[in-house]
Amino acid sequence: MATAVKSRRSGPDAPERGRPARPVSPERRQGRAAYVFLTPWLLGLCLVTAVPLGASLYLAFTDYNILSTPNFTGLDNFERMLGDERFWAACAVTARYVFVSVPLQLVFALLLAVALDRGLRGLAFYRGGFYLPSLLGSSVAIAILWRELFGHDGLVNDALAFVGIEGQSWLQNPSTALSTLIVLNVWTFGSPMVIFLAGLRQIPEQYYEAARVDGASRLRQFWHITVPILTPIIFFNLILQTIGAFQTFTQAHVISGGTGGPVDSTLFYTLYVYQQGFRDFDMGYASALAWVLLLVIGAVTAVHFVLSKYWVFYGDD
Amino acid sequence: MVTETQPRGAAMRAARRRREHVRRLLTHLGLIAFGALMLYPLLWMLVSSIRATEQILRDPSLLPNSFVWQNYTEGWVALEHPFHHYLLNSGIVVAGSVVANLLACSMAAYAFARLEFRGKRLFFAIMLATIMLPVHVVIVPQYILFSQLDWINTFYPLIVPKLLATDSFFIFLMVQFIRGLPRDLDEAARIDGCGHIGIFVRIILPLSVPALATTAIFTFIWTWNDFFTQLVFLTDPDLYTVPLALRTFVDSTSQTSWGPLFAMSIVALGPIFGFFLAGQRYLVKGIATTGIK
Repeated sequence: MATAVKSRRSGPDAPERGRPARPVSPERRQGRAAYVFLTPWLLGLCLVTAVPLGASLYLAFTDYNILSTPNFTGLDNFERMLGDERFWAACAVTARYVFVSVPLQLVFALLLAVALDRGLRGLAFYRGGFYLPSLLGSSVAIAILWRELFGHDGLVNDALAFVGIEGQSWLQNPSTALSTLIVLNVWTFGSPMVIFLAGLRQIPEQYYEAARVDGASRLRQFWHITVPILTPIIFFNLILQTIGAFQTFTQAHVISGGTGGPVDSTLFYTLYVYQQGFRDFDMGYASALAWVLLLVIGAVTAVHFVLSKYWVFYGDD
Repeated sequence: MVTETQPRGAAMRAARRRREHVRRLLTHLGLIAFGALMLYPLLWMLVSSIRATEQILRDPSLLPNSFVWQNYTEGWVALEHPFHHYLLNSGIVVAGSVVANLLACSMAAYAFARLEFRGKRLFFAIMLATIMLPVHVVIVPQYILFSQLDWINTFYPLIVPKLLATDSFFIFLMVQFIRGLPRDLDEAARIDGCGHIGIFVRIILPLSVPALATTAIFTFIWTWNDFFTQLVFLTDPDLYTVPLALRTFVDSTSQTSWGPLFAMSIVALGPIFGFFLAGQRYLVKGIATTGIK
């Protein structure tokens, strides 16, 4: 980024200096060129994003099953939600998943990043090993592995039997099924860890030297230097992982065979949207559900931003 | 910084160095133990893919003590089509997505990073916001749109949106990268008579190879893993991609065929692992640049 700042200073935005005057001003030519380069993106923004976004808002107030024309029903879909037990089950499952797995994942990411920092030998090797699961974690193949691991005859129970604990069928038990997916999300702490590592590299070594001279323990150095300086990055990771966790779909679909069971204990919100929209073809209700998800994600993100004033420190404070 | 008297200072330094050594050793041991725990399930799946199913359920060890290659041959033909059919379908979708993302996202990124135009700040903000937009909110109208175009059960719904730069994460990644390139080269090219297209093709693209590589690798991995949009837009078993085929495999087999199931899961993970090994540098750098700005 240093080069970007420098070049912005040294390269003034008047490139056409010293040329004969032209009928079209350079700014307008640049503007035209910009829209040529942006054409695909603008088309995509309209056709694939904005229009569908508006259309789904409209459909949220209709009864629509794709075969007949949408039938405007006012707030019916939203009233239906209030009395829909599965909607509330989906909300509870998703909320528990987001608010348990994301903090756990970030704690692991931060601790491992700190352990790997400061010229540890074999950094690239460790980083690669810890990062690999986050590339694989969202695949169907890993969800299949998880089905075996936490099944009745699975590897986890084998390991527990080895230390004399009798296991259970973690995926069949409604009170533990969600936990297996939380473990899966925590397992993918590698990508926030890599972001933390990049942030740690920006902390000047002198801070730690000064703290050592003053006799600060490693723990105190961690709490009073590392964590405060990293708060913007912790915040960034928190937002990113929270938004991602709200949209978890694949693992829940594969582990429960698309049902969200047992007893709706893995009925993630997006899975419920899928069931309504593409299994029952109740697309009006599915659109209403999806818009509620969008609003909830927006609200949670906004709350995070408001709260961040109290705990995120930017350098200029 | 050393203020103590020399001999005492030296002794203390030696003691500190020893303590530092022990601490490093413990760190390494801890990291290795934790890493082994994390990667154990993956390695175990690999070893289990050449074990008989009854043995998979009994043997938690990592010793490759049996070589049941039938898992692979059986798994390969267990579904309606041989497995290379699904690999080919996934390959088409992935190749189309990679090319589309490279083209469309780099063009948009050039405009955002280098050109001045009306509404730039607003458009940039909209672009950032769309990174966070859940696909579930637009999937129903997209489905209606694509079914009216008769595109359901074709690969178009999976590739054409990418040709329209809807993966805005990669626009952002490339904007960050292009902003870091010195402008002097643009200037020189302009003086030599290059237009914006010339600058983009001859200067920016060649210099952006690292960012393009990151985009290509991430697009590959994310598209290869993608399940939701493929599940929605592809319902014809002839067009199933690898994730859809695996899902069908889980549903169609009884609990007893873990062997072939693991074997095909390993086949499905193979390309990701390969790209991870080949492109680790770009992946790590890509995350770091977009994460830190």
